[in-house]
Amino acid sequence: MVRLEQVSEGERRILENAACPTFETNPWVRAPKLSEARVAIISTAGLHKREDRPFTREPGDFYRVIPGNINSNDLVMSHVSLGFDRTGFQQDWNIAFPIDRLKELAEEKVIGSLASYHYSFMGADDPTRWEQSARQLASIMKKDNVNAVLLVPV
Amino acid sequence: MLSRYLEEEGLATTQIALVRPHTEKIKPPRALWVPFELGRPLGAPNDPAFQRKVLMAALKLLERPAGPVLEDFPEDAPASAGEPALLACPYIPPTEVTEGTEAEKLCQCFKAEVASLRPWYDISLQKRQRSTVGVSKLSMKEIGDFLCSFLIQGIPPNPRTEIPFASEIRYAADDLKAYYIESVTAQPGAETTDSKALAEWFWKDTFAGKVLLGAREVCLKSPDQAIQRAALVPREFAPPAPPQEAGPPPQRPQQ
Repeated sequence: MVRLEQVSEGERRILENAACPTFETNPWVRAPKLSEARVAIISTAGLHKREDRPFTREPGDFYRVIPGNINSNDLVMSHVSLGFDRTGFQQDWNIAFPIDRLKELAEEKVIGSLASYHYSFMGADDPTRWEQSARQLASIMKKDNVNAVLLVPV
Repeated sequence: MLSRYLEEEGLATTQIALVRPHTEKIKPPRALWVPFELGRPLGAPNDPAFQRKVLMAALKLLERPAGPVLEDFPEDAPASAGEPALLACPYIPPTEVTEGTEAEKLCQCFKAEVASLRPWYDISLQKRQRSTVGVSKLSMKEIGDFLCSFLIQGIPPNPRTEIPFASEIRYAADDLKAYYIESVTAQPGAETTDSKALAEWFWKDTFAGKVLLGAREVCLKSPDQAIQRAALVPREFAPPAPPQEAGPPPQRPQQ
């Protein structure tokens, strides 16, 4: 899609009717040069370590931590929506969590480095509920010297 | 919206965007809209070169002097390489009549189908060194028994008390689908990444698809709303809901 015309009618209606807030301000932080960027991934695919609790949507329990050295067999998905393809992720985790591609870019010095930790939220939720968690996460990431965040939806 | 919170806290962000109208409204600082299907933000599984192109286009937005920036990625995802995949019915039941009700016969075929895919699941594990099966924490045998009990005995007890029952049904169904897709795409001639072909195959050609459709019917009749709402079958493969009527729902013949 997502070219909307290619989505089934039911899914399209949900997407078109989703409440999207608009904002008065446009926050903007000057980014580092790519070659100096320390990048963290934040996915909204409901990804987590195999041994973690699945996502609950309970207050405060909004994200899971993915160690940068995670093995591909240890990352699973517990997203509640049926409205997106999972067969891609089942065959290649980079389709939604492009960590191997980022590692290659770091080895080639195209980007500076990768964060020690990456994160995932579960997208079937009202993201305004995540505000406090997201702000706290920002200060944690800064302590990990992250200076660029790549957000990846599903 | 996450990007706005992070940026307000002083972190630069860039993102991939799938639903352009949403991104137009939210106006995140830097977004690359991609024309790919939902679930595939990097475009094409098993295609590192294409993924890299998408990733670089998103990262390059970090170099923009001012924003908000919403850029369109110019290419569609490449189609699944090679010949159209041959996705055969994984299990053809013996022709002799088996004992039992229709539901029991379906479950026998389903369990044999699960067993028949096992060698390909093992090949998939060996080849990919990973599996996405496991969120339900049930073995495939336990998943088979759990889902079949919906059809044969009615709604079973929750096998995992620490997880809400409606979630556990869903995880069991997700594990089952992942097991089937990982297994079949490990077979020679079936190495497709075509999501539509794989969904059609699962929902129309497998006994597992029929068992999940049956379990959905049982869940829809549950008095527990969370169980009723447990999404087991995507809209395009679910039979339309019966018209709302006053009084108790009509009894359906056993399928």
